Amino acid sequence: MTTRLFGEPVQRREDRRLITGQGLFLDDLGRDALAAAFVRSPHAHARVRDIDVSAALDVDGLVAIYTWEDLPERVRDPLPLLIPHPALTHGRTAYPLARDVVRHVGEPVVMVVARDRYLAEDAAALIEVDYEILKPVVGIEEAALGSHLVHDDVPGNVGAHLVQEVPSRAGLGAGRAIDAAPHTLAFRLDIERSASTPLEGRGVYARWDADDRSLRVYSSTQTSTSVRMAIAAKLGLPLPSVEVVAPDVGGGFGVKIVHPWPEEVLVPWAAMLLGREVKWAEDRREHFISSAHERGQVQHVRVGFDDEGHVLGLDVTILHDHGAYTPYGIIVPIITATQLLGPYRIGAYRVEFSSIYTNTVQVTPYRGAGRPQAVFCMERTMDRIAAHLGLDRAQVRAANFIQPDEFPYDQGMVFQDGRPLIYDSGDYPESLRMLKEMIGWDGFPAMKAEAAARGRRLGIGLGCYVEGTGVGPYEGGHVQVTSDGRVHVSTGLTSQGQGHETVFAQIAATELGVPLEKVSVVTGDTRRFGYAVGTFASRAAVMSGNAIALACRKVREKALRIAADALEADPRDLEIEDGLVRVVGNPEASVPLATVAVLSNPLRYAFDEEAARATQFSGATPMDRPPVPEGEEPGLEGRDYYSPVRSTFASGMHAAIVETDPDTAEIRILRYAVVHDCGRLINPMIVEGQIHGGVAQGVGGALYERMVYDGHGQLLNASFMDFLMPYATEVPAIETAHLETPSPLNPLGIKGAGEAGVIPVSAVIASAIEDAEGLPIDRMPISPAELYELRRAAGR
Amino acid sequence: MGEALHEIALTVNGVVREVRVPGRRLLSDCLRHDLGLTGTHVGCEHGVCGCCTVLLDGEPVRSCLTFAVTAGGHEITTVEGLAGPEGELSPVQRAFSECHALQCGFCTPGFLCTVTALLRENPAPTGEQVVEGISGNLCRCTGYQNIVKAVHRAAELAAEADATPARTGEHA
Ligand code: FES
Ligand code: FES
Repeated sequence: MTTRLFGEPVQRREDRRLITGQGLFLDDLGRDALAAAFVRSPHAHARVRDIDVSAALDVDGLVAIYTWEDLPERVRDPLPLLIPHPALTHGRTAYPLARDVVRHVGEPVVMVVARDRYLAEDAAALIEVDYEILKPVVGIEEAALGSHLVHDDVPGNVGAHLVQEVPSRAGLGAGRAIDAAPHTLAFRLDIERSASTPLEGRGVYARWDADDRSLRVYSSTQTSTSVRMAIAAKLGLPLPSVEVVAPDVGGGFGVKIVHPWPEEVLVPWAAMLLGREVKWAEDRREHFISSAHERGQVQHVRVGFDDEGHVLGLDVTILHDHGAYTPYGIIVPIITATQLLGPYRIGAYRVEFSSIYTNTVQVTPYRGAGRPQAVFCMERTMDRIAAHLGLDRAQVRAANFIQPDEFPYDQGMVFQDGRPLIYDSGDYPESLRMLKEMIGWDGFPAMKAEAAARGRRLGIGLGCYVEGTGVGPYEGGHVQVTSDGRVHVSTGLTSQGQGHETVFAQIAATELGVPLEKVSVVTGDTRRFGYAVGTFASRAAVMSGNAIALACRKVREKALRIAADALEADPRDLEIEDGLVRVVGNPEASVPLATVAVLSNPLRYAFDEEAARATQFSGATPMDRPPVPEGEEPGLEGRDYYSPVRSTFASGMHAAIVETDPDTAEIRILRYAVVHDCGRLINPMIVEGQIHGGVAQGVGGALYERMVYDGHGQLLNASFMDFLMPYATEVPAIETAHLETPSPLNPLGIKGAGEAGVIPVSAVIASAIEDAEGLPIDRMPISPAELYELRRAAGR
Repeated sequence: MGEALHEIALTVNGVVREVRVPGRRLLSDCLRHDLGLTGTHVGCEHGVCGCCTVLLDGEPVRSCLTFAVTAGGHEITTVEGLAGPEGELSPVQRAFSECHALQCGFCTPGFLCTVTALLRENPAPTGEQVVEGISGNLCRCTGYQNIVKAVHRAAELAAEADATPARTGEHA
């Protein structure tokens, strides 16, 4: 047996540096770098008439001021549209600095470089921009009317329009299936904007080496490899002359997957031009008004069902607010549309969305990426059906579940990765059974009645979801064993706190049979690994985890081959345990992996003891063979890629008990229970941490967080004073249970877990509040004031 | 024409440091960029997130709301000063790691300083006191549950350390 580390709650190896203040985040680097600051538009929609920088020129320590006019070709071009889609007929992206029109408050207009950030901001404050104010387009339905345009050449403000239809097995379209159903309902749902809001904002730091003509860029990004390619292209540099490193990153949650940000192009360009190190670290207000938001949708639902609650037809029309630009395409509404079906087998489905421009911050994925909206829609629908039929809400869900023997289950749609939406595995009835038991579902009516007798108002709610995780196209892993017996693992994707250094080390240690301490892991550094996609869509463990496992298997195979030669044994009789390759059943016959690493390289200068020791094994190569045989490479290392045929589908179910105050309408979550299935667990402690964090963000989105825009397109709550992110006092204790249905699609049998926690929370809380109040809850988030208003409107 | 600079001396993690700063320089920037102690983080610069919390004469303060000049003559402890002289982790640091109370680690220095002060005031806090005690610090990653757990664990570890006089985990 080799060392079993896979599946253990191993303590994290990243912690030591982070708890001693030795972590290196973006703004911890480049102490002597010049600082950049930006003049950003104070208007939601305006034409830039003139920029007067004269007053700023006297500022002590000023180095440079740049407007769009100053930018060279390519740098000045609109930023790339990353994920085009045929339905995105009117994709638009911003210029790195505004050219003539600004389309949201916060859009960068002028870049200032100075000796430090204080001075850069002094200069920025003295720059006068003359704007001609244009009519702002704010509010998704307002924008959809199209009476004023965000982009002159985008009629109706419609960037994309997509319809997907899955007819029933009898060939009936959703409309006819609904019309023919014994019961039908139609209603509208609203979800407001929130945002990823990592505690560390974005940031870029660039060093141009004039002698070497090379550029090293650090960025607080979720994808260093793609930032590198973007920078090389924009600056016209050969790819090998650009390296990008994601240092310690203080949370991402989606917003840092967008690339290149204007600053990721402009800061390196300025560093090259000035021949000086330049750094920009985003401040909190900048993050609110110039990065990205998500979630805002209006949904119109029509559903037809039978007496048991089986959904016979479902028709959903979505208005999706994507803000001023579409650099990330229409991934968010596509995910909403395709993940809406959840764990259910639906008769006929039709979904249509329009993705609409507004003069607000652009919308790109935030943890969950369109799924919280999808689940809100589907689960509110399940609750409405239950209420209409007078059935138990859990029972209606169970009636619609895909059964364990129906996998692989084809939902008949195209998923976000352009591949068929086929669920690989799961056990939804068992999840529901576990959840009901955990929260005490069946005993709740008695509990509720008892509380009511004492003047307390309780409600229970639940929500189910399926999450496509581990989207392709690929990730890679490189594993090298050096002559000191250490194992160096690298993968191109980045980390923002998920504990990749730990879980990837667990995988490598398990695969190679070495102690965990011998393994080191590097992520997100293009100097170590150049090909990667990035960290999003709950894909890191699935993609890089499997790639690293495959690379380890190559290394292991080679190590056994070399050791077999040295030990004069059959490789099939060898095992690796604790860093020692040995003959099974004969502990005497063994060779350390370190020695095998030396043996793997015919050049053996005796730089270390291990090399000296290896001489005792070195059989002379026959004179008629080259020292490195054909097809071989010197060194004990391996590289491999994992590229899945399609995504693997994790799932889960949450339930909550809430209490609402009969007088103040205050909403408290008394209990929160999670059943979660992400296939085989690599490190249960880390998975649980991911769930806790996700649920906390979900609670924020359900009860506290929203982006409040006024009619002029001003974000009224662009600070932590006014945007209410939950503190410890707002987040309930979260009870978790795991179900493990391994994925048949990948060697490790794992599924993604990063986003899961956040996905069903708004649906669950809405369900519970509705149960407590007996009032339909159809928009989230909900504040006590809004609940109070709902009661008043209902005459309570 | 440069800004007027003020000469200040402050004791940081037991060492006297002299530095010349403009009157408007924030203590957070002074620690991070003038003294190179980048363990103290800045998450909002308006006093809400608590990432920048350091101990000023033992009391937690938001270094983003404090001018460096006002810290002259005072004792400051940052996250870099929480471990013992030989680098042995304080009970609070150990507990955070043990309980998986950090993910990205950006908020962590602020929590560690806050909790260090909290447990010094109240070595055996109740559940409610713990939640209350950390309710001025934001964390976007952990959902707080493991942070709460870590505070209780730290209290336990500190109590054990006190019972074994040879070990003094923290010197802050
Ligand atoms: S940075 Fe000081 S409280 Fe947020
Ligand atoms: S661990 Fe990331 S913000 Fe707290």
